[in-house]
Amino acid sequence: MRKLRIFSVLILAVMILAACAPAGGSDAGDDAGSASAGEIKVGVLVPLSGQVSTFGVSTRDGILLAVNQWNEKGGINGMKIVPIVEDGQCTPDPAVNAANKVIDQDGVHYILGEVCSKAVIPVSEIASAKGVLMITPTGTADVITLNADGTAKPYVYRACFNDSFQGAVGAAFAFDNLGAKKAFLMTDQANDYVKGLSETFKATWLEKGGEVVGEASYTSKDTDFSAIIAQIKDANPDVVYLPDYYNIVNLVMKQAKEAGLNIPFVGGDGWDSSDLDLAAADGGYFTNHYSPDIQSPEVTKFLADYGAAYKDDTGNPKVPDALAALGYDAANMLFTAIQTAGVDDVDKVAEALDNIELVAVSGTITIDEFHNPVKDLTILAVKDGKVNFETVVKP
Amino acid sequence: MQFPLSSSKPGIPGAVKKRAPLAWVGQSFLIILAIIVVAILGTNLVKDPSLFAQYFISGLQLGFVYAMIALGYTMVYGIVKLINFAHGDVFMVGAFVSYYCVARFQLHMWPLNVFPSMSVGLATILGSVSVILISMIVCVVLAVTIEKVAYKPLRDAPRIAALITAIGVSFFLEYFGALSFVYTPRFIPYERPFPVTAWYIQDGIHKVVAGVTPPAGAITFSNIFLIIVVASIIVQIVLQYLVRRTKMGIAMRATSFDKAAARLMGINVDSVISFTFAIGAAFAGLGGVLYAIAYSSIWAQLGILPGLKAFIAAVLGGIGSIPGALVGALIMGQAEAMTMGFISTPMRDAVAFTILILVLLVRPTGIFGEPEQEKA
Amino acid sequence: MEVGFLLGSLLKIALLLGYLYGLLRVMGHPKLWVKALGVLAAFAVIQVALTDFNGFKLLNAFDQGLLFQAATMTMVALGLNLIYGFNGQFSLGQWGFYGIGAYCAADITYRWVNGDARGFLVVGIGIILGGLAIWGIGAFLKRYRGIPVLSSFTFYILGVVAAGFLAVKLGALLNPLFAPLLGTPANPGPLASGLALQVVFFFAVIFAGAFTAEISFLFGLPVLSLGSDYFGIATLGFAIVINTLMVNSDTILPFPEMKGGRGMIGIPKLTTWFWAFFFLLVVIILMRNLIHSSTGRAIMSVREDETASRAMGINVAENKLLTFVVGCFFAGIGGAVYAHYIGFLSPGTFDFLVGFNPLIIVVFGGLGSMTGTIAASFGWVFFLEGLLRVLLSQMGTEAPTWRYVLYPITLLLLILIRPQGLLGNVEWGFLKSVKVASRQKEAGTPPTGDAPQSIQEGA
Repeated sequence: MRKLRIFSVLILAVMILAACAPAGGSDAGDDAGSASAGEIKVGVLVPLSGQVSTFGVSTRDGILLAVNQWNEKGGINGMKIVPIVEDGQCTPDPAVNAANKVIDQDGVHYILGEVCSKAVIPVSEIASAKGVLMITPTGTADVITLNADGTAKPYVYRACFNDSFQGAVGAAFAFDNLGAKKAFLMTDQANDYVKGLSETFKATWLEKGGEVVGEASYTSKDTDFSAIIAQIKDANPDVVYLPDYYNIVNLVMKQAKEAGLNIPFVGGDGWDSSDLDLAAADGGYFTNHYSPDIQSPEVTKFLADYGAAYKDDTGNPKVPDALAALGYDAANMLFTAIQTAGVDDVDKVAEALDNIELVAVSGTITIDEFHNPVKDLTILAVKDGKVNFETVVKP
Repeated sequence: MQFPLSSSKPGIPGAVKKRAPLAWVGQSFLIILAIIVVAILGTNLVKDPSLFAQYFISGLQLGFVYAMIALGYTMVYGIVKLINFAHGDVFMVGAFVSYYCVARFQLHMWPLNVFPSMSVGLATILGSVSVILISMIVCVVLAVTIEKVAYKPLRDAPRIAALITAIGVSFFLEYFGALSFVYTPRFIPYERPFPVTAWYIQDGIHKVVAGVTPPAGAITFSNIFLIIVVASIIVQIVLQYLVRRTKMGIAMRATSFDKAAARLMGINVDSVISFTFAIGAAFAGLGGVLYAIAYSSIWAQLGILPGLKAFIAAVLGGIGSIPGALVGALIMGQAEAMTMGFISTPMRDAVAFTILILVLLVRPTGIFGEPEQEKA
Repeated sequence: MEVGFLLGSLLKIALLLGYLYGLLRVMGHPKLWVKALGVLAAFAVIQVALTDFNGFKLLNAFDQGLLFQAATMTMVALGLNLIYGFNGQFSLGQWGFYGIGAYCAADITYRWVNGDARGFLVVGIGIILGGLAIWGIGAFLKRYRGIPVLSSFTFYILGVVAAGFLAVKLGALLNPLFAPLLGTPANPGPLASGLALQVVFFFAVIFAGAFTAEISFLFGLPVLSLGSDYFGIATLGFAIVINTLMVNSDTILPFPEMKGGRGMIGIPKLTTWFWAFFFLLVVIILMRNLIHSSTGRAIMSVREDETASRAMGINVAENKLLTFVVGCFFAGIGGAVYAHYIGFLSPGTFDFLVGFNPLIIVVFGGLGSMTGTIAASFGWVFFLEGLLRVLLSQMGTEAPTWRYVLYPITLLLLILIRPQGLLGNVEWGFLKSVKVASRQKEAGTPPTGDAPQSIQEGA
């Protein structure tokens, strides 16, 4: 027992030392809390541990790519960008702690993040109370940028579509372009994003005169969807709306294929990932922010830069997913606005953001009065092991 | 404040059988619940028998996977009275090891590479079995290491300390696995060592052809379902044999009955405990591979929920009992599938736990659990 | 650079522990005015540190957030320590009760500021009627000896459901009386602003605690009759079911304002340092007095040996239930304070995996040591959210992913070094037993740290 104690104390000591070891080499620089001139600190809040850290890592990589590019160009008006990455865990308390920490401890004036709406909402309240400008790359809930009385929160912006837009476009596409009349909805009640999309889909669908032949709910922890697939088979719809992330899509569509189900699935931007199982998702459609197939110079450049900066496990260049693209766009929106404003002043930057017109990866972005971006929505089709560009919907 | 409460425990064997007052109230409560369950199941069975059968099959598949994991929980608990929360993560590691074997190193192809003339069917079987064996071995090594590092030093400490280290080990495996240079936090599409074929039953058994929806009312099942059922049953038989007929099995039973006395009888209690962990981990590894093949998506926190469900199944069946683990797991699987099908998916866990609590109230040590003996 | 941060954060934790020690010491002072002054001073020190002096704050919002989280965590963990540490009932469901308290209190104040007094009325009337129902049924069932648990449970649940139904009807009936006084969110009436809101908040917290306590009574009644580990699993199941209900609060449960999985927004942020400190003190004092009473000695005797305590004339089942209800009451209060600090509730916060945290804190602080729990709660929050977060973000953009890798390693090592918990059976100041006579008696009992061992052997 005594030996064990000494051993454990030793390990603990080594760990603490190891934690401190990079101290000498790191260029974290001067005292936090006082931003030195010629430097702009940006808080990057993303989930880096827990269930959704995969989305956080993508978003962070997109943001950091933009930061590095700006710094290589000599920073914003000569000011170097210092990103401070924090783990928000996609849960309210850690996200609030992270926000408080970057605002009060590090003295940032700008926040990029969080990723999930349920973490963005409390952070946005802190940001607007403290006069810190934040852009959430991916928080889709309508209430994020709105106060209780329906006005826009002064310093809160987003770089993605809100729920109501995407769901409505998905429904219109399925009804008009696919000619479907009977829809089946699959919803994860615990996921605000899925729920938001599915509710607007349903509203638009019914408005258009479509019929909802069945609804099923599941949770993000499920792996066995055979019961729901049996229900779908029984209901025999023309289209299944599954606006979830790629991990669920992989599971559901694979099991559906294996059960012999041959009904098109329609989804949202959550499908977009290099890990989407293309064989399983074959025949599906999803609404998205951008397509790597679009031959715009921004997309081509983004793909090349991202691939050069990040490699996957086998050493091949990584293909950025929607979250990386949105992180990249959000960072570029912020930095462009700071550059336009010319000074490190939150109010001026917010004003510049209101009037921004940025040619970004996900299309040309302008900001509406509720601080939502106005940009094109792309519809993609999964066919023959490839994601093909289907059509573009103007806002 | 005074809470009037009966101090009598229901179901203690050997207690004097005297009709307790107002017992009919509780009994009618249970009966009403049972009637509701039977009514829901019955109406749905009559309404659409093929749908019911389909749910039943998916419940069976889940149940047999749970059974494989539950064995590890039930044996470890039976011997060291520890809820080994890290067991679910060993299960996850098993799935990941097989993923690396198949996707990275193409290990399932070795028979064809070494003996090109071998028939494809035999080669696939050999390759898959070797992948499964590798996963099982890695899991065994991992579990024994965990046992030696994290649990053994605490064997004489309060039992809760070991439980907390189990939670710690579980967190560590999950979050360490999610680091970018380990498995990454992504959900990884799993490459199967052999293709999945599905059949449907309607006027005989037909193969499901991709892109053609089977006729309405057909019941589908797949080869992986059959493999899981067979593997799980084999595991049960092997374990029964091991525990009943071998020396090690006798030593295990002795240790679980009374550690001190077992030690006096010349049993090396430490190695018996390590062996128990190893066996449990081997089955968890097997379960992990089959689970990954069945659902074909893996990630670092894969093991949490199946692990928990399997543990509940073990408790339901009577913890410490091997057939209990199987029966409990099958009940859990059916409860989940039927709730998902006929009530609603979110209520699944609620139903599962309600069943657990009700069973425990009627039989305090689970269905197959031996009544706890009073120790002086 | 990082060494500086490390030392700074460690110093902060040390100062905090010193502060807690001082607070408990002064509360233990025999003279009442010293006690009162000391508590006031302890409150004032932090209050001043949190005040903004022309842009200078000794403790910024980050520290303030950690402080509030630590305070709520302390309440939850103390409740669990009462259930597990002092009474020996292994509960994994504390987090679920915490969530019930949070949602209940949040609903009351949310409705109140939105011109709807029903939340307040229904819960208020409901807990009174429910309490009466439980008391009445208890008195009725007393006439029978040896009723099966399931039967008495059926009686209680029918009674409470009837009481709840009545409360909903009464609340709807009385609500119009309040409507003109509450006004609308845009134009709040006299009862929805200022001092009145603070009073409502106070009652909301108490109601949430009482509501949680009644739920825990209904749940604990059948489940406590299971053995210790079975009880643990059942409570874990309870926490999971509660989480499921939160996710479906707008579909299965009839609470559209809770918005299910999307999370409840618009909860007034009423928790100030005064309230956090006040409720923390209430919980500490209640629990300390309970433990040092004869009931408290009965509670601990049940942990040590159920058969022996039964022989001593202690009603073991009642005793367990009482402890469980009080422990859950604390969790409910903690949840209510938390909800009004963060202003946003989402089911993800109450996931069962997060629910292991109070257990880790209690075990790590030392089972059966209030001081240990209090110190460990503060230390835990400031270590995980404070030290690790600050330290790792200094070390580059990849480092924050390591936070939850370092945390279990630290946990493992600390448990391996001190399996009996950090402070074993040490108590500070106020929490020590004051009476000399009982202290002599306590010297004869085995050390608290080994207690769970004896539970499992005796089970």
